[in-house]
Amino acid sequence: MATMPMRKLTMARAISEAIGQEMARDSNVLVWGEDVGIYGGIFGATQGLFERFGPERVVDTPISESAFIGAAIGASQEGLRPVVELMFVDFFGVAMDQIYNHLAKNHYMSGGSVRHPVVLMTAIGGGYSDAAQHSQSLYGLFAHVPGLKVVVPSNAYDAKGLMTAAIRDDNPVMYFFHKGLLGLGWMPSDDLAEVHVPEDPYTIPLGQAQVVLEGKDVSVITIGAMVPKAVRAARTLAQEGVSVEVVDLRTLVPLDRDRVIHSVKKTHGALIVDEDYRSFGMTGEIAAVVAEEALDYLDRPIRRLAVPDVPIPYSPVLEQAVIPSVEKITETLRQMTQ
Amino acid sequence: MDNDVMMYRTMCLIRRYEDCMAEIYTEGKTPLFSIAAGTVPGEMHLAAGQEPVAVGVIRHLRSDDAVTAPHRPHHFAIAKGVDLGRMTAEIFGRRTGLSQGKGGHMHLFDPQTHFSCSGIVGAGFPPAVGAALAFMKQGRDNVAVAFAGEGAANQGTFHESLNLAALWKAPVVFVIEDNHYAISVPKAQSTAISHNSERAQAYSIPGVYVSGNDVLAISEAAQEAVTRARQGHGPTLLEVETTRLYGHFQGDAEAYLNAGEKESWRQWDPIRRFRAELMDRQMLSEEQDERIQAAVNQQVDDAVRFARESHEPEADEALRDVFAEA
Repeated sequence: MATMPMRKLTMARAISEAIGQEMARDSNVLVWGEDVGIYGGIFGATQGLFERFGPERVVDTPISESAFIGAAIGASQEGLRPVVELMFVDFFGVAMDQIYNHLAKNHYMSGGSVRHPVVLMTAIGGGYSDAAQHSQSLYGLFAHVPGLKVVVPSNAYDAKGLMTAAIRDDNPVMYFFHKGLLGLGWMPSDDLAEVHVPEDPYTIPLGQAQVVLEGKDVSVITIGAMVPKAVRAARTLAQEGVSVEVVDLRTLVPLDRDRVIHSVKKTHGALIVDEDYRSFGMTGEIAAVVAEEALDYLDRPIRRLAVPDVPIPYSPVLEQAVIPSVEKITETLRQMTQ
Repeated sequence: MDNDVMMYRTMCLIRRYEDCMAEIYTEGKTPLFSIAAGTVPGEMHLAAGQEPVAVGVIRHLRSDDAVTAPHRPHHFAIAKGVDLGRMTAEIFGRRTGLSQGKGGHMHLFDPQTHFSCSGIVGAGFPPAVGAALAFMKQGRDNVAVAFAGEGAANQGTFHESLNLAALWKAPVVFVIEDNHYAISVPKAQSTAISHNSERAQAYSIPGVYVSGNDVLAISEAAQEAVTRARQGHGPTLLEVETTRLYGHFQGDAEAYLNAGEKESWRQWDPIRRFRAELMDRQMLSEEQDERIQAAVNQQVDDAVRFARESHEPEADEALRDVFAEA
């Protein structure tokens, strides 16, 4: 395949390209879910797949999440590698039993004899006034339960490589794409997510964080849509003479502890930024990792920015008040480095 | 051995196994009952009395056909051909068990016989539809069977799965094993319809009710359903009436049963009835029956001995198998 030197793709295109290439490579890879067929996925993650592979391999399902997610359990046991979409992470409540009691645990409960190579993908995040039932992140819930890998890409390049790796993984992988990174045109999207994506298939191993920006004065440890926000904050700080390191975790499970610890040991400061809820989530977990393994290297307290334990509100003014913003990250970094 | 006699033998094996488990379950739990103590800790749901359902249906399955079973799984596992020694070792929590002691009696998995079960009511329906979907997509003529109690027919998963399977014409048979009680709640108090098989109409698939806990009647209905699925004509819902001769779990005082109810079930014991029928038809002699009883006793004794002689797992086994290695 000829690859243009700097072919830029939106994250939505990168995801559908990865799935399409894996479908071409392995006939056991099937896609099903709500509106994944002709519509191409409400967020475009399956765009073009129906036209290319037909209704036999790209299957629209009824709004029966327990049944079609649970079907991925039996199907993967019998040799398929399903990629299943459930539109919004907020909708998972009705199907959680199939996920956290079965998909996540069967490998363990079977002593390793049963495998579930399944990708469950869904949209996360707010920023466009969709309110409390369509704007959550919630990946912390899934990362809490043993047995699920948790992927949250921050840009198109990672999105493709992580999706390819997720499909080839023999474990259930929860793949969360942030709506504000997809480049959809009909909702705000951070253009930092639209980057060069090689046409040929490639994988990014699950469990490898990425230092997006090298710095020496303080580390921002974050994931998903907060990564470009942290980069923007870091650029502002750079103009003020402060060198910020931005670490993109890319996956919560497996968690690249070494990369986090290495960064904090270097900068002696940690700001953890997340769009999920604050308590009992990613920010607390990373803070604990730093406290357990790099406490002596810290020269100031760990700081956290996350949704302050309230549901996501509707009105733009209210929503902007709770989701960490570039300004809030910038201001917190200033406080930490003064 | 004749097919009917084979079915009788498997039913006897299941009964012997369940009676034996009931006995072993009390080991280490007296004088004061503790669910955490003994050779077999945790909950124990036994299926004595429900043998005809498992045997009558599974006789029509091949080893590569898939079965999902509920929290009361032993009769299905035995009928499907799961290794009795490894299953028993699993129930004993030993390292030679199907899952090295990480699953226990409600979580038996055997990829060789395509058997799995779950401790969550109604959870086996969607995976069975998924297995059936895989068979279709891969061009295999296999069939998936989901077994569940009548309580599970009130779960959303049941209705979602019937609709999905009907829509996809998936080769799956749904079997509702109606033992009259969802733990303590009688069906009349939980279910707005008198026969779950009638719910099939809502999904335009055949629904068949089999009364009497009669293995031959069950087998006949199952043969049609399995054949229909295997030939690509889609799912069937079977509702099979049966009786639970032990409680919901061992230690259940069964205060919710009507006076004499249990006794009437025991008098109507499906194995005793089938034995009499086979003898009437001169397909089984006393002598043959004695040989069968001796053989199944031996099989169960061997499995129990294997489990008892097996070591417990090392503690760090607990940290293995969360994720599959590449």
